[in-house]
Amino acid sequence: MHPQEWMSVESPGLYCKPANLYIDPMQPVAQAIVTHGHADHARSGHGSVYASGDTIAIMQTRYGEEMAKQTFALNMGEIKQFGKTNDPVLVSLHPAGHILGSCQVRIEYQGKVLVISGDYKRRRDPTCPPFEVVPCDVFITEATFALPVFTHPPIEQEIKKLMASVAIFPDRCHLIGAYALGKCQRVIIGLREAGYHKPIYLHGALIKLCNLYQEKGIELGELVPVSDVEDKQSLAGEIVIAPPSALADRWSRTLPKLRTVMASGWMQVRARARQRLVELPLIISDHCDWPELLQTIEEVNPKEVWVTHGREDALVYQSTKMGYKTKALRLIGYEDEDETG
Amino acid sequence: MQAFSELLEQLYYTSSHNAKAALIIDYLKRTPDPDRGWAIAAIAGSLRFEFFKRNTVKQLILERVDSTLFDLSYDYVGEMSETVAHLWPEQSATEVPLPTLGELVEKFSRATRKTVPELLAHYLSSMNSAQRWALIKLGTSGLRVGVSARSIKQILARYGNKSVEDIERLWHGVEPPYTDLLGWLEGKADMPDISDQITFSPVMLSHPLTLNEVLPWDNSKWQVEHKYDGIRVQLVVKRDEKALFSRNADDISHSFPDLLEEVSADAVIDGELLVMHGSDVAPFNDLQQRLNKKKPNKILMQTHPAGLIAYDILSLNGQSLVDKPLSERRQYLIDWVDKQHSARIQISETLETPSEAALKSLHELASENLAVEGLMLKRIDSAYVPGRPKGQWYKWKRDPKIVDAVMMYAQRGHGKRSSYYSDFTFGAWQGDQLLPIGKAYSGFTDEELKKLDNWVRRNSIGRFGPVREVKKELVVEVAFDAVHPSTRHKSGVAMRFPRINRIRWDKPAREADTLETVVDLIEPKEKE
Repeated sequence: MHPQEWMSVESPGLYCKPANLYIDPMQPVAQAIVTHGHADHARSGHGSVYASGDTIAIMQTRYGEEMAKQTFALNMGEIKQFGKTNDPVLVSLHPAGHILGSCQVRIEYQGKVLVISGDYKRRRDPTCPPFEVVPCDVFITEATFALPVFTHPPIEQEIKKLMASVAIFPDRCHLIGAYALGKCQRVIIGLREAGYHKPIYLHGALIKLCNLYQEKGIELGELVPVSDVEDKQSLAGEIVIAPPSALADRWSRTLPKLRTVMASGWMQVRARARQRLVELPLIISDHCDWPELLQTIEEVNPKEVWVTHGREDALVYQSTKMGYKTKALRLIGYEDEDETG
Repeated sequence: MQAFSELLEQLYYTSSHNAKAALIIDYLKRTPDPDRGWAIAAIAGSLRFEFFKRNTVKQLILERVDSTLFDLSYDYVGEMSETVAHLWPEQSATEVPLPTLGELVEKFSRATRKTVPELLAHYLSSMNSAQRWALIKLGTSGLRVGVSARSIKQILARYGNKSVEDIERLWHGVEPPYTDLLGWLEGKADMPDISDQITFSPVMLSHPLTLNEVLPWDNSKWQVEHKYDGIRVQLVVKRDEKALFSRNADDISHSFPDLLEEVSADAVIDGELLVMHGSDVAPFNDLQQRLNKKKPNKILMQTHPAGLIAYDILSLNGQSLVDKPLSERRQYLIDWVDKQHSARIQISETLETPSEAALKSLHELASENLAVEGLMLKRIDSAYVPGRPKGQWYKWKRDPKIVDAVMMYAQRGHGKRSSYYSDFTFGAWQGDQLLPIGKAYSGFTDEELKKLDNWVRRNSIGRFGPVREVKKELVVEVAFDAVHPSTRHKSGVAMRFPRINRIRWDKPAREADTLETVVDLIEPKEKE
């Protein structure tokens, strides 16, 4: 049976009827699969949550142990059966390369396979296994950076820009806006790999998740909460990381001689960086850029492509031109925001 | 080109003037001639690099990129040069060495309309996205990196440890790529010889008056004049050449050919540029129509003819007069004005002020003349000294106009103020509705700013990008120099230099002024 007969867009999100299963629902539901821990995909209050162990740990860190009535950690590739015994829906998770714990969801029903990419990227990321190409009939891809203007430079090059700035402005406090989950840790690792071994200072909102990463065996080096620093003036010349919303707000006023940095795929568009009063934009993204989206569609080579959240128009156009039957899935609620870019 | 593109990129994102200056100075130190000189010219806008048109760029990109994808991208990015810079197909492993800025300038200035597209395509293909952005901005002459021609001069002064007046004096006598100027700044060459050139002389400025500085009043020591409400300019006539400079040393000759036509006889004149109907001076708003036009058409020049009120003379027939006392310069100035035989070249009349009382009543009267924004008091023995020497010249501005307005929107400031809501839009009542009448960024103390910021955060009711809408509850007393009719604003008024005079925490919003009250403050002559 064609997946469009058994997958639909309902108000909480993408729904697989024969399994009674929602994928990344926005509202509390009985059974949810969560692709990764970003707040616009992982919500609390569901009955049962199926996700990778790391994603469950992230959700519990963010929302507390009681974030769902029941949680089921699935290993990558492990097949879980839903639906009726005589008419089963087979579900498995596969690495998406987006952040710690992120996965794609493969759903097989009545001989057809559908893969939901969740958010994904194709670059190296020491915090998670690389994206796995999973053959399928229908591939549902995200489209966050689906315009040909988006081509992300290598992270090493962006970290080099930051290091150069620290060298030119040795007396300024470099405040980096980075999303608490994924981006923050990737920037820290990028700095460590580039040979930066001084302590890195953190806004309170980032600490729990960094601790979790370290518990999972990911080395982040010495991290110090900004709130533990008595003399804030001593942060001149240091690197501080905070959530993007804290960049130009009251919290940052106590920091000395700020140089505002932001790490996001959105930073490629100059006006967007300047609008946020960012002085040093770093194009560091946890999503695919345009060439990688096209490359992925070619490699997965599905019969059909469905495009969700982001700039669907361009990707639908291009994917159709490449010979794939393509449509846009209008899912609402996923953020088109700087935060998770 | 690599260094220049990095510089542009950094300047674009840096908001503090000091940091921008540091970046440019660092660039000047690292970059050889003539590239750095071309870069200065590009940033200062003193060179028109009209290598190619926007359309040339668009044609080229459409030969390379699907037009639907281009349109979608352009819609999203919102700016042509950046869209093209990102979309241009990356040449894999090009070993073409990047051209220097000097090479680019040379190649493009030699190129013809036919050869430009090929040349441009060749260069774009050898560059990365940031470099392409720089090249396209350079070629279509719109850098917009927030460095004015004025600040470039200050930065050069800082670089060479010279005064900004020195740079201003030389500026129009030297040409890109400024090898001689930079050599002199670095102490490697003599000051460029500009004696044959038409150049700007730095102007003398006044201090705001505190009355007791000139009391007891002795009118024999002072020359009192009106302070006209136009823009301060310097008119230079040298043999067949003529130029008009703003007080910041920008050459604005191209905007005022009608005025330059009226003058002859070698001299450097300090005066006020105004729109004049015969010898009648029009209000500032009329001049504004002319200031925005780089090349005014005939009709505009007829309806808004430019004129000059002469204040002072710096040199005559090649002889410098700046060391002579004002009283003596005045005689030369009268002679020069007489020789012009033009109703639109007027002398600034001196005013009789036999007593302190007469002076004060003149100041009050000045508030009624709408081409005037106050009085100037100049010591008759003052030499013409560039900059703002103490105790020589005073300006006594007329009292500001004041209305009580209601705060409507607030926006965050820049630089040090980036975490504060410090830019305020306020409105006046029309019936039950508030209409925005102006914006103010200044007039409050740091302490008051903290309170305003706090109030905005607690009383915000909506957000539009960086702007917050606030409850219509806070009354601010707004001071401004004048209000003019405006078709660009829904309220129909535009204020000149509004600032927040006082915050009326006590006053209910309903009791703020009406739009009618504001409209009444427009000078009757302007209401026609």
